[in-house]
Parts: sequence; C-alpha cells; structure tokens
Amino acid sequence: MKERLQELEQEALNQVEQAKTLADLDKVRVAFLGKKGPITEVLRGMGKLSAEERPVIGELANKVRSAITTELEQKKAKLELAVLDQQLKAETIDVTLPGRPVPVGGPHLLTSVVREIEDLFIGMGFEVREGPEVETDYYNFEALNLPKDHPARDTQDSFYITEELLLRTQTSPVQARTMNEYKGNQSIKMICPGKVYRRDTDDATHSHQFTQVEGLYVDKNVRMSDLKGVLNQFVKHFFGEEREIRFRPSFFPFTEPSVEIDISCKLCHGKGCSVCKQTGWIEILGGGMVHPEVLRMGGYDPEVYSGFAFGMGPERIAMLKYGVDDIRHFYTNDIRFLKQYHQA
Amino acid sequence: MLVSLNWLKQYVDLADQTAEQLADKITKTGIEVEGVTNIAEPSSNVVVGYVESCEKHPNADKLNLCKVDVGSETLQIVCGAPNVAAGQKVAVAKPGAILPGNFKIKPVKLRDVESNGMICSLQELGLSEPYIPKEVADGIFVFPEEVEVGQPVTGYLNLDDRVLELGLTPNRSDALSMLGVAYEVGAILNQKVKWPSEVVETSSEKAADYISVKVEDRESNPYYGALIIKDIEVGPAPLWIRNYLIAAGIRPINNVVDITNYVLLEYGQPLHAFDYDKFGSKEVVVRRARANETIVTLDDETRALTPEHLIITNGSVPTAIAGVMGGADSEVTETTKTVLLETAYFDGKRVRKAIKDHNLRSESSTRFEKGVDPNRVKRAGFRAAQLLAQYANGTVLEGVVEFDQLDRTERKVEITTSRINARLGTKISNDEIANILAKLAFEYQQSGEFFTITVPTRRQDIAIFEDILEEVARIYGYDKLAYTLPEGAQQAGHLTKRQALKRYVKQYLEGAGLSEALTYSLTTAERAEMLVSPEISEKAKVPIRLSMPMSEEHSTLRLSILPELLATLSYNHARKQSHLGYYEMGSVFVSNEEQISVQPEEKLRVSGAITGKWLLHPWQQEAKDVDFFLVKGILEGLFARLGFNVSYQQTEIAHMHPGRTAQLYLNKLPVGFIGQIHPQLQKAFDLKETYVFDLDLDYLFTCCHVEPSFNKIPRYPTMTRDIALVVDQQIPAAEIETTIKQSAGALLKSVQVFDLYQGEHLPEGKKSLAFNLVYFDPDRTLKDEEVEASYQAILTAVEKTHQAELRG
Repeated sequence: MKERLQELEQEALNQVEQAKTLADLDKVRVAFLGKKGPITEVLRGMGKLSAEERPVIGELANKVRSAITTELEQKKAKLELAVLDQQLKAETIDVTLPGRPVPVGGPHLLTSVVREIEDLFIGMGFEVREGPEVETDYYNFEALNLPKDHPARDTQDSFYITEELLLRTQTSPVQARTMNEYKGNQSIKMICPGKVYRRDTDDATHSHQFTQVEGLYVDKNVRMSDLKGVLNQFVKHFFGEEREIRFRPSFFPFTEPSVEIDISCKLCHGKGCSVCKQTGWIEILGGGMVHPEVLRMGGYDPEVYSGFAFGMGPERIAMLKYGVDDIRHFYTNDIRFLKQYHQA
Repeated sequence: MLVSLNWLKQYVDLADQTAEQLADKITKTGIEVEGVTNIAEPSSNVVVGYVESCEKHPNADKLNLCKVDVGSETLQIVCGAPNVAAGQKVAVAKPGAILPGNFKIKPVKLRDVESNGMICSLQELGLSEPYIPKEVADGIFVFPEEVEVGQPVTGYLNLDDRVLELGLTPNRSDALSMLGVAYEVGAILNQKVKWPSEVVETSSEKAADYISVKVEDRESNPYYGALIIKDIEVGPAPLWIRNYLIAAGIRPINNVVDITNYVLLEYGQPLHAFDYDKFGSKEVVVRRARANETIVTLDDETRALTPEHLIITNGSVPTAIAGVMGGADSEVTETTKTVLLETAYFDGKRVRKAIKDHNLRSESSTRFEKGVDPNRVKRAGFRAAQLLAQYANGTVLEGVVEFDQLDRTERKVEITTSRINARLGTKISNDEIANILAKLAFEYQQSGEFFTITVPTRRQDIAIFEDILEEVARIYGYDKLAYTLPEGAQQAGHLTKRQALKRYVKQYLEGAGLSEALTYSLTTAERAEMLVSPEISEKAKVPIRLSMPMSEEHSTLRLSILPELLATLSYNHARKQSHLGYYEMGSVFVSNEEQISVQPEEKLRVSGAITGKWLLHPWQQEAKDVDFFLVKGILEGLFARLGFNVSYQQTEIAHMHPGRTAQLYLNKLPVGFIGQIHPQLQKAFDLKETYVFDLDLDYLFTCCHVEPSFNKIPRYPTMTRDIALVVDQQIPAAEIETTIKQSAGALLKSVQVFDLYQGEHLPEGKKSLAFNLVYFDPDRTLKDEEVEASYQAILTAVEKTHQAELRG
C-alpha cells in the first residue's frame, strides 16, 4: 500500500506538470484528490490495516495528498498568470490617442497681473482696499489737492454724471477715503486696484476704461528713500533682477516731491529702440511723497506724519511684460487672446 | 515747448554739452525731454548766390535760365521757381552738393540747356513745411541784402540747430520761456543766466497823449500796460528772429507779429499788437463782456461773449478777448504805421474760461492760464519795444500807460537741513544745500542749518517746504537717494474675507471651464436695461447716464454684465470661435433716484454666458450642446463649495426663454437668475443657443460666514432605496423632493433625482421621476423595517400631495 501511494504521488505530479490549461489541471485534481480518486480509496481501505500500519499509512497518505495539493496550487497560479497576461495583451490601447477633454477656463490677463501685484505688496505688509467707481468730485479731485479750477484737471478729462458725481479717473480717491476712515492717528499701508475711466477715444494706446493700482503708505518718518526701496522691490520682482531702474522728478498734484519711474528697455537694453522711443527707458510708475495738503485733508498732521504714494497701470505693465501690442485686446475678450494667458 | 539750442546759448553757457547729454541731464533733473531733433537733415555745399541775370528758358515756358554768382564762379542754372528774379540773393546747391534725402546735385541738361546746380527752396533744404513763411512756400527762398555771397547758407538759415522737445508738467510753466529754460539749464550746469537788453530810446512824445487805460475788473486784470510805437515799417523780420521762431515751431509772418511772438517765447509773456489807427479810440477799457456782445477775432470767426469773459475794448466795442485772441478790426497789417502794444497780466482762471468756451488754445492763452511771471510783464514790453525800434524802424513814445495793482511779492520759504534729510533719507550737508540753492539762483539767508529762501516770482509753483524739498532733491539727484525699506511698525498684509472669496469664485468658475472676460462698464442705453436680474430691476429706477457721453455706445452705466458678455460671444462667434464659456465679475450701478444726486449702489455680481458645444472633439463620446442643466450644474458646484442651499423657481424675465429661466433664492431672498436667452435676442446677437447666469455676490458673500466643523467619519453603513413616481408633468421635481424630505423622517440623509422619463407606456401628461434615497444613522446599523417604514411614509405623502403613483 505504501508503494501504491508513492506511485500515485509520482503519477499525479507528472500529470500536474503536463497540464497545459486550468481545465487540464482541474481534471488532474479531480482524478487524484476527488471523492472517487485513488487516494480517497486508499484512505477508505485503511480499516483493513493493522493497528501498527494504520498511523504510518495514514500519515503517508496525508503527505502525498498535501504534496499533490501544493503542486496543483502552484501550477494553478502559474497558469492563471499566463491567462491574465494574455488577456492584458489583448486589452492593449493606443496611448497616443487624445485624452477625454475636461473643459478648463482661466483668468483674464489683467486679473493675473493685478493679483501678482497684490500678492507682492501683501507680502510687504500692505492691505488691499477697494472703493466706488462712481465717485464724488470731492474725493476724486479736491481731497487730492485738485481744486475745481486746477489746470491739471484738464489732463484727465472726466466722465461726469452730475456736477458732483463722476466716474473716477484714478483709484486715489480710495486713498483719501482710507485716510478719513483711519482718522489721522494710525499708519496706513495699502494698495487699491480698480477700474478707472477717462474721456479718451479708444485706440491702440488709449482706453476710456482701464485699470490702476495705487499704493499709499503713511506713518511717522516715512522717507523718500523708502519709496525708492519699495518700488525697487516691486520692479525687480515683476520685471526681473537684470532690469535697471531710474527715478526722475515729475509732477502730480497730490505728491511733492513727485517721481516717475522708468525701467530699462527689455528689447534694446538701454541702447534705444522704437519701443522705448529711442530713450532706452520705459515709464512704468508714478509716485511721490504725499502732499501735505492731501495729508491735512485726510486728517493727518503733516508735521507729524509723512507718506508716499504711487500708481501704475496694469494694462501698460502687461503690455510691456508680455508684448501685447494694443490695449483694446484687454476689452475685446477675443478667446484666442485670452487663452494665451491662461497658463499659470 | 520746443527749445532751439542755438537760441538757448544766447542766455546760458551750455558748457560744451551735446544735445543728447543735455537732454539726459534735463530729463533726470525734472523736465522730461521727449525728443531731440535736427532743424533739418544735413546738407553740404549749399552757398549764398547772387542772381546776375534771369531769362526765359529757350525751350520751356515754365523754366528760367539764370546766371548765378556763387563767389568762386558764376554758374548757369535752370530754375523752375516762379519767384526767381535777377538781383536776388538765393541758396545755391553747387554741383557736388548733397541735399537732405541724400539728394546729390550733378551738372545736367534740362531741355538741351546745361544746368550746373540748383537754386533751393526751404523745403529742399530740409525745413518742415508748416514753418515756412507763406510768401516763399511755393518758391525759392530769397535772402535779405546783408548776407554774403559765397558763404554757406547753414549759418544764415540756422540749419545746424538742434531742438529739444520738452514735455512740461502743469507745474513747470516757468519753463514756457527761453529764459526759464535757461535758469533750469543753468541750475543743472551751474551757469549764470544772461538777460537780453531791454534798453529803449524813446522820443519826446508821450504815450499818455495817445492812449489811456482803464481796468474795470481788477481781479482778472491786475496789470495792463500800453506802449505806443510810431512810424513802424511792416516787413520781414530779421533772419535770426525768423530762424528761431521756425525752430520753436512758429511760422514767421511779419516783423511786428514775429517780434511779439519772439518776446512771448523769450520771456514767457504774451503781448498783443493792435493797429493804433484802427483801434477806434484813444482809450483802452478792460472789462467783462456783456451778454449778447460779439467779436470777430483774428481768425475771422464771430464769437459770442458772456459776462464770464474778460475783454479789451476801445470804450465801446470789443477789440480782443483778453489773453486769448485779438479782434480782426485792429489787426496789424502791411499798412500799419502805429502800434498799440499791450503787455498785461490776465488771471489764469478767467482766461481758462474763454479758452474752454471758444476752444481757443494758443501759445498766449496757455501761458496766461498757467500764470506768467509778474516781474516780467513790464520788462517784456520794453524788450519788444526795443526790437520794434531796431527791426521795424519804430519810434517808441515815452512812458508806459498802465494800470498796476499787480502783486509782485516774492514768497519766503523756511527749511532746515535736518528736515530735508529726514524726508529724503539722505545726509546732505548745509554747504551742499546752500550750493544747490545758488545753482537754482534762489536768494537765501542761512544761519547754520536754517535757511530762509526768497523764491523768485518766475517759480510760481514753489510755495511750501515740500516744494523746496523737491528742488533740493532733484538738483541733488534722485538717483543718489538710497534704497531703504520702511522702518515703521510692520503689520501682516492679507486679503479680506470678501477679497479671498472673490478670488475663490473666480478660480472655481475657471476650473469649471469658463474664461474670465472684462468688458466695459459703459454701454448703450438699450443694453443697460437688458437682462437685468429681478432683484436689481426692482431697485433701479433708471440706468445712470453720463451727462456728456463721447458716444452712444458708451453712454450709460450697466445694470447687468450680461449684454456685454453676449456681445463678447458675438464678437468671437463672428471669428469662427463658436464654443465658448465666459464669466465676468464686476459692479453694476444701481440708483433708486429718478434724477441721480448721490452715489449709486455698486453691486458686485458675477455673470456667465455659455454657447455652442461644451466638449469639443470628445472622441468615444458624443459632443454635447450646452444646456440649462450644464450651467445649473456649474452653479450647484459653486453653491456646494460655499455651503449654500439655493432653490430654483421657474420665472419669466424679458429677453429670456419663457420656459427655461429660473430665479435663484437663498434663504428665501433672490440672488440672481439662470436660463436660456430668448431666441430673438439670440438672433439679434447672431448667436447659437446660449445660456446665461447672473448672481448677486454681495448677498452671497454675506451668507458665507460659517467655518467648516468636523463631523465623524461614518462607522455604520448607509442603506439605499430607489423610488420611481408617476406624476403630472407640470409638477417640479423640487416640490416632490421637498415632500419626500418632509415625510421621510430623520434617517433620510439625501434624495437625488436619477431618472426622468416621459412618453411611451405612460399616460398622456404624465412623467416618471426616479429618486435615489440614502438612509443613515451615525450611531448604529439600520434595520430593514425602519427604512421600509420611511419608504411607506414617503409614498403616502407623495400620493396625497402630488397624486403620485408608484411606477409599476
């Protein structure tokens, strides 16, 4: 009986070895380990054995069954893997076909530019403030040292609604409003981005509606060198470390001294070209030390407080930085234009 | 302001600076030089020639044959100019000459006759057309007697001059004169300014016997001076005056007019010359015009005057609009013999009124408007009288007949070195400040770091410490200031909640497939009232209109962003971009007054407009047209993110599809609308089917105050049931959903429509709606019986409320 078991084991292992499919393998399992299989038969005949032989044969039979089972499992795993492999090969796809599209939009270029400016100044401790686009003559002009008959009012001809109401020509009224709100005894560090309006005929460089970002810093002991330092940080960050920056005197009714800031021309590196009108420099910012009259009207004592203010036009900055050739692109919303600036 | 360097050199030493170097320094110091130009392109070998003879060309009617002495030789030249004649001194380009445009002069044969050179017009010598005197505009230029034959014309015609174009800011009206520019350049180059001669020889006759002056409006005219110059011979002004006027961009006319213009540019003081004999009386009366008074000005326009306008009269009729333009009746002409020369100080505001009303901006009116130097008014009169005596052969009568209440006080400003340094962030010394003040030619008294500065009246812009601060800073050099960062108390910068939410909504919509647009706030009156959300149109009486729009297209402030977004779709559609989704966030302007008098409410809204196919080229799946539920899905995603439960109610809004428009409510208040635009509007904008939404962000943001709180992750499973109900077609799904929620009990966590069916196997007018019900208890596993009980309760409720039947 011992020999019979050993023969059975050998035969079973041979057949497992030769099995080519999972079905073959199952036949082998049924043939050897099934209820009517030879091993079961052997075990069934155990009753006839002597008490000494019974445990020995029993153990052997279990061993043989276990060996066959192990071999069957291993072979089964191997065959299953082969089947899976084949199945996966059949599932091969063309990975170069396009993905299923997910619609994506994006921000307007001006929004991106304004956001970048905001984030930079927020990083320097500025807050972002907003104000009404329909302003009073007082906040738009008078509180900024532009009384009713001031000649400088001519240079920014305005859209009036009534004698006292107009579309703001600058975002500086937000500064005046903030000063009034802070009641002359706290420092102010703010920028105010927003839409402004002027009586200009729309063309490649003019737009009756455009964007401004203005900044104001009021505190004790603010120096003009601080203005230079802060704006220098802005310019280097925004346009690149390699750009030269130039400060030159200018005039705004709400600042004294006033300054205009030029950066070296990116195209000609200061040698002079058509973009910079042969000067090598491009004007990008205006600013200055807050005029004492403006401080006074805002409720700040100019003997105690000083401050600086600055302003810039995101359209112009975007045009310079990204080479946009016509300001009207910003407001036509041609999708082919907008999409160029959707990437992060 | 155009500044001829040759002219400027008469008043200040330019210290061998090239035009470019000077331009750079002036720009850096405070006046932007916008351009450096040459009067003319260079030419060579052009000399003064004397026309010895001039005869008709034998073979051509319109040509002349001239013999011209050019000093070294006599040339035979064929000339086509109509005004050439024997005895003239002319500009001759000799053979070998090069004229502007690289035009080379060679000996040629013209109609079989040899021509050795060319007699030149000013155009041919490179001068710009507008500055060429009328009488020589169509022909060659004829020199005055005194020029020397054979000499190069360059010097005589100032052709080598270079011109700086100054871009003056409104405060620097002092640089609207050559003397003013000389002071500026003198400060930069540390040079003294030389004044021209104002010495006049007068006759024994007294001007006061010829004219009297009476000023009625003293505030508008604190100084009026009248000089009388007799025996005037009107003719061309000397070449140098004409050259400088040309360089300054002013066309020479005759000696009298040219001299007044010359002094205007030299001193910055406008003058006016009346023909005394045509003035009409022996008295000047300066007064406000009367209503209905008119004057015919030099440009032959009849101008209506009002009491707002200051005028010069002869006691009865207007002879000039003060500071703006003279009258045609008393204009100086070739026959003028006696000149009444006016030098006056007119108030800027008064002149500005006339400029605006008559749209007359000129070299004179601009200067009065900005304010002239009170200490130059009289001096300019003497300077002009001197030039008229010398170059128009005039006899200046003794005395200036004047009215004089002009304030010529010089302002005093006190500064300290330490305050200057504190404001600039510099360490400038007392000596350096003193040196800067001296360069500016400001008088001052110094005691240690204390300076008291006497501001010259030419600098009307300087009145306070900060003005001197700027002067010191700019002469010291802005570039020399350090780069520092503020040293005050620092605070953390951050966006407000509202600003952060604005950014969030934008980013969400972009992620949902929409592109941000920016359109104009000003639109047409028609569009301003179109597609206005009901909660806005309830409040807004009328759209706000500009008092003086530039065009109807941008005349009215928007009440809705949508019309301009539709125009944006339309613009793109016309360019074959047809599958589009835009959104815009911005203000609309709401006034509840019929006649606006106070600032309107500016309501922040976000609007979207979507058209065409939503997915382009979606291979393996169908390209779907945009529809209502796509747009609604976008909004629902947004509301879910903001934590809102917004309800939708069918509504009708003008220009919207009556069956496909819903108004949105949050906490029972309206927050906007969504829907398809009306096919007629769609057609008007030339669009395909288009869907829009419009939301009130002011209100939405005020509802965004809940911070998310932690909820335990569920440990027990949910149970789900589906229920399909047959109901009348008109019953909105949301109503059934509400009934389900109300009747299901606390265990129901969510209800979701997952199917809608209408048609075969259902009775007419019925629809089947299938809902997915999810049950959940955070503390235990649910029992079948509980869910079944809820299900039965729902069924009973919908049967009762909506006559719904369970679909078999």
